[in-house]
Amino acid sequence: MTPLAFLVLAVLTVVSAATVVVHKNPVHSACALVVTLFLLSIFFVGLDAELVAVLQVIVYAGAIVVLFLFVIMLLNLQRDVRATGGPGLVTAAAACGVALTVVIATALRRAGAPATPTVPPGFGETAAVARELFTTYLVPFELTSILLLVAIVGAVALAKRQA
Amino acid sequence: MPTPLGWYLGLSAVIFTIGVLGVLVRRNVIIIFMAIELMLNAVNLTFVALARSLGSLDGQVIVFFVMTVAAAEAAVGLAIILAMFRNRETTNADELATLKW
Repeated sequence: MTPLAFLVLAVLTVVSAATVVVHKNPVHSACALVVTLFLLSIFFVGLDAELVAVLQVIVYAGAIVVLFLFVIMLLNLQRDVRATGGPGLVTAAAACGVALTVVIATALRRAGAPATPTVPPGFGETAAVARELFTTYLVPFELTSILLLVAIVGAVALAKRQA
Repeated sequence: MPTPLGWYLGLSAVIFTIGVLGVLVRRNVIIIFMAIELMLNAVNLTFVALARSLGSLDGQVIVFFVMTVAAAEAAVGLAIILAMFRNRETTNADELATLKW
């Protein structure tokens, strides 16, 4: 990805991420979240992570955000009367946010990794990622099935109306 | 000329901070949840950028696990929000402070 394309996409991503947090209407926030996730998947394609990019669109934009929209619809939420915790809290949070960005950026820059401009062909494609997943990461991969089962049972038990 | 690694890490730091601010500032629990998803995605971007930079697929596999956990978390969390709304008729975090000392 060229630096110019990166800058354009980065500005769009930050704007849509800020919209998620700032907008008063939860439905608009959810739509901005979809835009953010799509833009991030473009970054993933640029970073030779094709499978992750496709999963990002299917799992996040397709499943998780739809779940959010369903809940917003079920709860019939109107605009927030009191959206935030007051001006004092907002100022304090903004100051903390600037400090946090500086801390994270400094820490990440100290961890500077060696740049490898070329990767082997097939890097990030389904076959290569799946080989890792079913050899090195086989046990965690099987454990995720238990996690998902527990989550399904838990979600149904919580959302069910008590008789 | 490819984009340097540091730019990706900087962008992910900014997105993560936006997510933290959302959790701190907003009072609607659904928006707080979306802000948590933003933070998870910022970390995913870091993983993928470093995987590309190190030429190793481990980072991309971890992103797969992060997505699984995020999906489970969203399903259970939204079910909790539904159950809470049924009992208390609100999604405002300030009014759901029964456990606060």
